[in-house]
Amino acid sequence: MSAALAFRHLTLGYDRHPAVHHLDGTVDRGELLAIVGPNGAGKSTLLKAIVGDVPCLEGAIGRGDGALAYLPQADEIDRTFPLSVLDLVAMGLWSRTGPWRSQGSRRAALAAAIETVGLGGFEGRLIGTLSGGQFQRALFARLIVQDAAVILLDEPFRGIDARTTDDLIRLILRWHGEGRTVLAALHDMAQVRAHFPRTLLLAREAVAWGATAAVLTPANLSRAGRLSEAWDETAAVCGRDDGHGHAHDDAQDTEAQGAEAQGAEAHRHDDRIHAGHGHHHHDHAPARKAG
Amino acid sequence: MSESLLAPFLEFGFMRRALVGCLVLSVSAPPVGVFLMLRRMSLMSEAMSHAILPGVATGFIVAGLSLPAMTFGGLAAGLVVALLAAAVTRTTMVREDASLAAFYLIALAGGVLLISLRGSQLDLLHILFGNVLALDDGALVLLGGIATVTLVVMAAIFRPLVMECVDPLFLRTVSRAGGPVHFAFLGLVVMNLVGGFQALGTLLAVGLMLLPAVTARFWASDLTGLIPASILAAVVASLSGLALAYHLDLPAGPAIVLAAGGLYVLSLLIGPRGGLAHRLIRRRHLEA
Repeated sequence: MSAALAFRHLTLGYDRHPAVHHLDGTVDRGELLAIVGPNGAGKSTLLKAIVGDVPCLEGAIGRGDGALAYLPQADEIDRTFPLSVLDLVAMGLWSRTGPWRSQGSRRAALAAAIETVGLGGFEGRLIGTLSGGQFQRALFARLIVQDAAVILLDEPFRGIDARTTDDLIRLILRWHGEGRTVLAALHDMAQVRAHFPRTLLLAREAVAWGATAAVLTPANLSRAGRLSEAWDETAAVCGRDDGHGHAHDDAQDTEAQGAEAQGAEAHRHDDRIHAGHGHHHHDHAPARKAG
Repeated sequence: MSESLLAPFLEFGFMRRALVGCLVLSVSAPPVGVFLMLRRMSLMSEAMSHAILPGVATGFIVAGLSLPAMTFGGLAAGLVVALLAAAVTRTTMVREDASLAAFYLIALAGGVLLISLRGSQLDLLHILFGNVLALDDGALVLLGGIATVTLVVMAAIFRPLVMECVDPLFLRTVSRAGGPVHFAFLGLVVMNLVGGFQALGTLLAVGLMLLPAVTARFWASDLTGLIPASILAAVVASLSGLALAYHLDLPAGPAIVLAAGGLYVLSLLIGPRGGLAHRLIRRRHLEA
């Protein structure tokens, strides 16, 4: 089985403070993976990095073939713009029509997608007049139209009622059945246990990653709670380094590695050792999808 | 009524030129204004119109009240400032409105300073408020060119521009067109402001761009209605503003902008979409 996504020593963050660090692993083609973790665990950041919207501080993300579709958290969309549901869903055609080609021949596909999410008859409605659940259904219709091999969902059920959630989960399972790779950041553990075969428990680093039942243990969850939300203005430079993917060009970095004797669990190092030299940012560009 | 509206244009060449200039501007500027309004960049365009001032002033210092020199200067200054502000926004954490405000304040102060170095009070007035009744052939050709380029570019970038407005993150994930489209749009804004400057001066150049767009909001709900409605509002404002200016012996630029403002107030009162009158008449709500 080939990998749809591969993370190699991936560190992501804002202003050098890591939101996710030293993530290693692969997502197989056709996998249905839930990404869970407390607020601030780096779930959204990881998804944004996969689509290329957040640069990798260190490490790299490898992507397999096939298009990628991404459902951001809905509040990043300007819903006051006077756009109809049909036009919103038609955005998903971009990879095939680009800026100029006609969408006329694909009307049937658009109508079918809108029907599938249960919004038949709403084609002409402006997106600002939809309820939260209806709007999320419209965004799922756009995902259907995108017809992507890898689908990323960022908290798709936040503020959505039970019936809509059930409908949308059915849609996700259908994508899974069609062999698409689906990653979803979620908070509802019961939902994850019921529908998602594999889970990544994230708390700024991978706490556990594997079969859902083995990941969502009380021990893992409480450890995740402790690890998250540790933004420290005065945090020392992280010296953990797996020795791969970096070109060490000076002696000082070696010194930093030497200080790592305490092991990975205690992720703090003596400030004095690091005083006077900053950590290098290795800007490995993520392997971006062409086009 | 229709006779007094049309008579000045039938009688005088300069009135016909003014009308042609304003009508051309009415076709190109309002669609740009509609997108500015929907992107909540209305105030930004106001600020941007000040940014063309130092360029116009430099042209004025080099070549006096010469149209090509001032136009070129205005275009160059506007584009440089718009691109700088957009680049700063895209590469730093400062939001666009803040970086624009910084750039435009610098530009406006610089422009007024430059004009006052050489030039009379009258020159300053002319540059700030324009002189629509003195449009020559060169100016009309320039306005026509600006309108042509605007409409062609708008048609070319329409789809990605809408996507960039509604869901820029989505556009970024499917295409790299977002940045170029944004810059192309800013370029159109600058071009139309420079066009508006010929007729209405730098201070009022935004008038025919924004007022019709905001007016259209009371009459249409989606883009297919907003853009034609805004053009229609601009045409009516140009025609009635120029006629008013002729009959009442008013300065033409302010008269046109005030006519557009009058249409806006009228729409605010009686417009079917959110107009005040429609709030007073409470219609019974529907079953579903």
